[in-house]
Amino acid sequence: MIEERFDAIVVGAGMAGNAAALTMAKRGMKVLQLERGEYPGSKNVQGAILYADMMEKLVPEFREEAPLERHLVEQRFWMMDDRSHVGMHYRSDDFNEERPNRYTIIRAQFDKWFSSKVREAGATVLCETTVTELVRDDRERIVGVRTDRRDGEIRADVVVLAEGVNGLLGTRAGLRSRPKPDNVALAVKEMHFLPRETIEARFNLKGDEGVVIEAAGTISRGMTGMGFIYANKECISLGIGCLVADFQRTAQTPYGMLDHFKQHPSVAPLIAGSEVKEYAAHLIPEGGYKAIPQLYGEGWVVVGDAAQLNNAIHREGSNLAMTSGRIAAEAIAKVKSRREPMTATNLSLYKKMLDESFVIKDLKKYKDMPMLMHTYSQNFFLTYPQLISKALQNFVRVDGTPKVEKEKATLKSFVKARSWTGLFADACRFTRAWR
Amino acid sequence: MNVEPTVRVEDKLYYNRYLVDVGRPHVTVRAHTTPSPQLLALLNACPARCYELNDNGQVEVTVDGCIECGTCRVIAEPTGDIKWSYPRGGYGVLFKFG
Repeated sequence: MIEERFDAIVVGAGMAGNAAALTMAKRGMKVLQLERGEYPGSKNVQGAILYADMMEKLVPEFREEAPLERHLVEQRFWMMDDRSHVGMHYRSDDFNEERPNRYTIIRAQFDKWFSSKVREAGATVLCETTVTELVRDDRERIVGVRTDRRDGEIRADVVVLAEGVNGLLGTRAGLRSRPKPDNVALAVKEMHFLPRETIEARFNLKGDEGVVIEAAGTISRGMTGMGFIYANKECISLGIGCLVADFQRTAQTPYGMLDHFKQHPSVAPLIAGSEVKEYAAHLIPEGGYKAIPQLYGEGWVVVGDAAQLNNAIHREGSNLAMTSGRIAAEAIAKVKSRREPMTATNLSLYKKMLDESFVIKDLKKYKDMPMLMHTYSQNFFLTYPQLISKALQNFVRVDGTPKVEKEKATLKSFVKARSWTGLFADACRFTRAWR
Repeated sequence: MNVEPTVRVEDKLYYNRYLVDVGRPHVTVRAHTTPSPQLLALLNACPARCYELNDNGQVEVTVDGCIECGTCRVIAEPTGDIKWSYPRGGYGVLFKFG
């Protein structure tokens, strides 16, 4: 047993865990961080986009030091059917600013660097250590953890659960429920390597400029899901994810969908001739506001993906993770500075602070979207993309048909597929859930 | 439409780095005669195709290629069909990029 006693134990060295450990260590607390991977980042998977504003609050000088790939100057949204895509692009030279707003990153590399900052701040980081159990005292308070190391019981005033979407500790201890199939998406991803110049030519980039493509439509075969393509310096992150409940229901395979996506005529030219170097899979919390569990208790708090803090509509997750980690750490440091115990009542400060932040405000705004997208997935991910694609093809193809007849045909195809009341109801549902 | 038969997951898994904890699988399937719907769902849902039917029609798991996503846990742990833990510290999949 490690005889030392810590002010705080942080379980996990992802975005949330690193943010929490760094913040507490910087405030002079004695912090132990436990990570099951060989090094911080070796178990972490993300697309990945880094949001600078939230990172800057943790490490102001990160742009000079961190392994960043490309800063984003363009975002594309693709609505796809089997042979085409309808796209909306936003590109602006304003994003070529001195302190860019978003970057693509490679998590294994970024997290390793992030962890070096945590160590520099004075925290003890112990890798290759899986926490197996939370330790309770006779009054059911969490007082430490047990690990798979020999005599691996370690005590602390508070345990920060930053164990990720599939965190076992909190669910095993009954602090929150296990993620449910309709609250998590399974995403699979490949890393496609190409020469830098090839990537820049294919995506219309110069220097360190980057592009993200978010894609939805028939690629998910009527399931609630999305594809993504992110340009890094010398590789492309490409993946697709759908709700686990949908995989369970349809018997589609994740790798089958990924390969289908790669073969799409809009996607294939972007990755042609690439060398694949990794295949990863990860769950993404998609339940939104309604799936957020109890966030604190006697001697513990939960942060990041483990707390389902992910904004699926805006594809934001790691920034919510690092913000919740930082806020939890600030709340803990405040309780400690008052020399008060880490009781549920005192730790409720974390929730209060999180409620006032963009994290909960954003999730609350979209609280009805997950249910809507899930319930009407056939409409939103199959029917409408097909209808819209057909409408646009009809609009641009010149074949001697009078425009009036073309418009009539388009309108008729929408009404035939969804009926007037159906179209009206879909529009109302969407507006209501969005606002 | 379906391209699955041509997709070889095994080839994808070869890209990855693993440190296999020989003899200590972190996921096990409960002994059964007829598989539950949840167990059968894992045959398709597992992104590493760790689950397969044996000659007797039972679902078996081989964890060597597991990417530790937790999908099988979400589907089949609540029914008691599988037992799920993380591998021992340092073992399992080791992402170079993640």
